[in-house]
Amino acid sequence: MEKQPTRSNETGVTERDCAESQSQHDGKPSPLRLVFDTAALRKIILSALLVLAYLTMQPIANAAEGLASAPTLTRPTSASKSPSADGFIQRWLILEPIRANSLTDRAVQALVKKEYFPNQFTVVPKDGDKVAFDSAELIWHAVDTKEYNVNLYHFARALGKPTSNVLLWGVTIVNCPEEISGVRLAIGSNAASVWWVNGQEVIGIYGDRQTVIDDGVSKRLTLKKGPNIVRCAVINGGGATDFCARFLDANDKPLKGFTVSAGEVAK
Amino acid sequence: MKAPALTAAILALALPSFALEGDVRIHDPSTIVQCNGKYYTYGTGGSCLVSDDGWTWRRGTTPPRRGMAPDIIHVNDRYFMYVARNVGAQPRADINLIWSKSLDTNSPDYKWEEAGVVASSDGIEDCNAIDPGLLLDPKDGRLWMVYGSYFGYIRLVELDPKAGGRKDPNDPPVNLAINCEASILIAHDGWYYLLATHGSCCRGADSGYNIRMGRSKIITGPFLDHEGIDMMQGGGKLFAGSGGRVVGPGHFGRINLGDGVEKFSCHYEADLDRGGASVLDIRPLLWKDSWPVAGENLREGTYQIESVRTGTVLELAVEGVPVGGRRERRGGGPGAGGPGFGGPGGGAGPGAGGPPGGGGFFGGTGGVIPSQDVAQVSTNWPTVNSDLRMANYLCQAQQKWSITAVTNADGYLGSPYFKITIAGTDRPLAATADGELVALPAFTGAPEQLWRIDQLTDGTWRIMPKSAASSKEPLALSAVGSSFATLSKFDPRSDKQRWWIKTP
Repeated sequence: MEKQPTRSNETGVTERDCAESQSQHDGKPSPLRLVFDTAALRKIILSALLVLAYLTMQPIANAAEGLASAPTLTRPTSASKSPSADGFIQRWLILEPIRANSLTDRAVQALVKKEYFPNQFTVVPKDGDKVAFDSAELIWHAVDTKEYNVNLYHFARALGKPTSNVLLWGVTIVNCPEEISGVRLAIGSNAASVWWVNGQEVIGIYGDRQTVIDDGVSKRLTLKKGPNIVRCAVINGGGATDFCARFLDANDKPLKGFTVSAGEVAK
Repeated sequence: MKAPALTAAILALALPSFALEGDVRIHDPSTIVQCNGKYYTYGTGGSCLVSDDGWTWRRGTTPPRRGMAPDIIHVNDRYFMYVARNVGAQPRADINLIWSKSLDTNSPDYKWEEAGVVASSDGIEDCNAIDPGLLLDPKDGRLWMVYGSYFGYIRLVELDPKAGGRKDPNDPPVNLAINCEASILIAHDGWYYLLATHGSCCRGADSGYNIRMGRSKIITGPFLDHEGIDMMQGGGKLFAGSGGRVVGPGHFGRINLGDGVEKFSCHYEADLDRGGASVLDIRPLLWKDSWPVAGENLREGTYQIESVRTGTVLELAVEGVPVGGRRERRGGGPGAGGPGFGGPGGGAGPGAGGPPGGGGFFGGTGGVIPSQDVAQVSTNWPTVNSDLRMANYLCQAQQKWSITAVTNADGYLGSPYFKITIAGTDRPLAATADGELVALPAFTGAPEQLWRIDQLTDGTWRIMPKSAASSKEPLALSAVGSSFATLSKFDPRSDKQRWWIKTP
């Protein structure tokens, strides 16, 4: 069976559920009501409709709350953050999604090479920075993830933004106490993604795919002493979307002797 | 899940592949031993074969004691060679020990010393004291010898590992098997295995030689086969028989190279491609269900190279073309059910595909989809150096590799070096100076384009470049990620450097 683009969110409700509940809420009488017009049945149906209406409203409510409604994401509260016990980078600046609609090698390469905003391959944004693209205003958000991965579905859904057929940019700053050579960036993403370290493209993985730890791995590279910029572009088709990233040392073990920052976080 | 794959790998490679290069004529070869970087084996009649790389062999120097079916073992600083001779009408025979500190005739330590008889048969007893086979027990360092032929029992005696002679000449031999010959013991994972040759020797292509085995937790037996039949009652599970163009394997010798790579040597009574001569061969030794299995050296062919760790295959990093071309479901395009690109409401609705067998998308094309023609799909491939990566196998041209032996490029124990090229092209897999992988535009024969491919004891393969300029230690093809391969030091405890080489 192919992957269907109607994944459940944390409430167990899918986009398809929501669409169906809306169609049931269009004012036409239900066939059930015509046949069983009892008080009890009316109560049941009314209750169901209320629940469905509530669930249908959830994304809007979430959007109003902003990232606070994203169950796996929080706003950074410290200047820097160590990687997780398994070396995963858990602090990122994520730009709100841009519409995109292809996952093949050449199409993804073309998508990520297109200019969406000035200095997109060099800028280190701050939380709350805005960029204009295609008559829309997109905002960079600093996030910490509670998990090994960054759940972009949670991110976009919490902001009331589309989760399917989108491109999301991510940036983080890896601060190394000393130069570290022979390391590899190791990522997983749902779906395609392209990655840069200090401006050099180091990984591209394509096609519809799930996030698998250490799926895409760079060739050996050197992290310089001080800040190193890791940048990614993740393109999703339908359904869930997320990514994870860590560095592996020369022995393929998780690298942990660094901190991660995302610049100043807006109050 | 390794067992079915191992079986498949063995079946896929059921025929012998390459014969060793050079002069490999020998009968009753000893276990192969190394000295000063060279490989040595000794056979009946004082024959000796030497090789610098284990692939190309030449005649060596005859030791001072000629005899029948010697075996040799390196213990501490000495090479003990045990050589049998008839001392009257069979089965009257004895086994003599000679030793030297070196096998290299250029070494000042090359000097054979006689050390006397270690076992004998009087011509009356049910034993023929020939065909010695040695085991230095890795568990406790005790040295053992089995011997015997088709006049009764295969017998076991303990030897002194310091001097090579009998530990206690008064200890009577222990009978382990009956009516076989060319026996030898090996130890593995708490078991002792007695391998011995059944069938007739010395009849050329009419020889019925085949290697059989039993196992025991105790070195003195009983050695039972897979059916529980004692080798003292004629039992024996087949280890290696005739096949392909070679007849009559016998005289097993184990070569443990460490890191999960084992080989075995044997002779074939007749190699039909060498005029029916008795020749040496070296093959992978595998283990399955705690039994040794005779592997085969890799044959030339077209393969997919699949990571044991990730299940993805090595491919040229180019955008693949679906086999048979792209097909879209009716009402296709983004949003109509393409995996990952359907919007809510898209997908397999009525008319989107149709039921299998009823036409429509899932009914197929109605004909045979031919394999992909690399010439057709490679027009967009880069003509310069290309990256490698790994991906799910989809029968696409950039995922199929031709593995071809390279002549005049030396070899390694039992096999020549190979070139690995995208099938239908001359684009070789190569090691880079910084220990990564690249596909070059054309094969030149440079060392970084030559590959050593050893079958590991679990049936998977280790793939190593002959040279990787930056590394002083051998490197192996490694699946460091699901979608990326590199070169790194081989770790026998990891699946990263284990590969299935499958026929696509």
